[in-house]
Amino acid sequence: MGARGVRALAVERLSHDFGGLRALDQVTLEVAVGERLVILGPNGAGKTTLFNLLTGIYQPTEGRIHLFDRDVTRLAPHRRAGLGLGRTFQITTLFPRLTVLDSVLLAVQGCDRARFALMRPRTAFRHLYERAEKLLGEWGLTERRAAQTRELSYGEQRQLELLLALAAEPRVLLLDEPTAGLSPAETVSVAGMIRRFPRDVTILLIEHDMDVALELAERVTVFHYGRVVAAGTPDEIKRDPKVAEIYLGVDEG
Amino acid sequence: MKLAMGRILWIAAGLIALAIIPVALTSYQLGLLTKMLIFALFAMSLNLIMGYAGLPSLGHAAYFGVGSYTVGLLAVKVIDNFWLDFGAGLVAATITAALFGFLALRAQGAYLLMITLALAQVVWGIAFGWRELTGGDDGLPGVPRPAAGLPLSLADGVSFYYFTLLFTLLGTVIMWLVIRSPFGAALIGIRESERRMEVLGYNTWLYKYVAFVISGVLAGLSGNLFVYYNGFVSPAYLSVIFSASALIMVILGGAGTLLGPALGAALIVYLENAISAETERWLTVLGLIYVVVTLFAPNGLIGVFRGRFWTRATWGRAA
Repeated sequence: MGARGVRALAVERLSHDFGGLRALDQVTLEVAVGERLVILGPNGAGKTTLFNLLTGIYQPTEGRIHLFDRDVTRLAPHRRAGLGLGRTFQITTLFPRLTVLDSVLLAVQGCDRARFALMRPRTAFRHLYERAEKLLGEWGLTERRAAQTRELSYGEQRQLELLLALAAEPRVLLLDEPTAGLSPAETVSVAGMIRRFPRDVTILLIEHDMDVALELAERVTVFHYGRVVAAGTPDEIKRDPKVAEIYLGVDEG
Repeated sequence: MKLAMGRILWIAAGLIALAIIPVALTSYQLGLLTKMLIFALFAMSLNLIMGYAGLPSLGHAAYFGVGSYTVGLLAVKVIDNFWLDFGAGLVAATITAALFGFLALRAQGAYLLMITLALAQVVWGIAFGWRELTGGDDGLPGVPRPAAGLPLSLADGVSFYYFTLLFTLLGTVIMWLVIRSPFGAALIGIRESERRMEVLGYNTWLYKYVAFVISGVLAGLSGNLFVYYNGFVSPAYLSVIFSASALIMVILGGAGTLLGPALGAALIVYLENAISAETERWLTVLGLIYVVVTLFAPNGLIGVFRGRFWTRATWGRAA
């Protein structure tokens, strides 16, 4: 762990309760800069809860979160984003009535000082448009730039969601089931997109599609009932009997 | 966005029409037009938070009424000086909006409606109950048109019309600039998906708060103008009915468009005037207008217009 040196993200004994239900239980996790970690686990294992804690949407019951060795446990979501934490959502969370270009502009503007400008027209900030157009070109969405987000196909929306996360120039990116609900062809294209992400971006990926998960992963952590039950390389995880048990439903007795 | 030539011509034509129209109107009609301008500014101010940031309010009368009462009370009981009274009215509306925004903006949607309603009712209650100061239900009569401190008299209808036009245009330009700015784009983003904006690094609460206060100040400005126009203010202009009227003006004209709410306001003022002459059932008619618009023209009159002349609505788009 942390073989490449600096820790991008470190989670210490993180727990979260929903009322009486412990969704996450004493989870400890470290991710090195540039590492690609896949998080596996059945529904209800606490994967999305972990992401919501990391981004500050929930406050943990106990435990600490460090982003680049800075304690961010009590920091507001936008402050964490400002420190380079980006994410996508399991349920597509976009701007339905905005065009693709406007959506990307908002993402680009979010990490730019221009976001506070109140009286100058946005068009005066040419660099925002240049960056947005460049991103659209790089990720093949230029032709769709004038389309409203809600007019895009579901696959295109998932791509746009990844693009928005990337446009905010994250150093750590949390991807919550980016291929959920996609056709096999779309899955391949989204997985290819993730593979092309800059190497220095640290990625945590929740993924149910085993092929995608094990192909993208350098390391895998398996969650079950809010706990980490296995961690290792993709090969180790494939051979782990506990993981087979969870996924294949072998009787525990 | 480069302004299209056609649009510049439309704006110029509209301004010229507003500038020369007093010649063609009777003093009664001119008074009605002045009222339309004031209520247009009020509706547009509500639209800034409701149409652009997605923050509905049932308490917008609070800032209007606080502006009105502050100017009225100062002019009647303390000193008749335009700059002092007008300035104090704006400051009072700003403070009220800053305080109410702070209390209300933790809520969203229907809960936000309820909290803004409750807060405005507090102000209404003060104006209604504190008879010695405000005259209670009878209202505060005898507010003079500002005389001291201004280079020319506003006593006649024409000069007061231009005075009102000036401030309404000023407020409109401010909102236009805000909407076109990166800040305005962020407000629209918050309306569409606050969660997404948060994880993109926006302090969404701060954006909403700033918009809320700007909106309150402009509502206060319209209240300032109104008390001079009307010479009288009563708790009716702090009431939930008045707040709801503003909401209907916005929806009728088209929320999230700059000028739609102004159109809605003008129409409501006209209809109220025409219908009140015939029947006392104006509120029933207002309710019917609301139902019909929500059912058949959810994007308002501007939406109908755009649907007819353009293939699709372009609002929310800046490029």
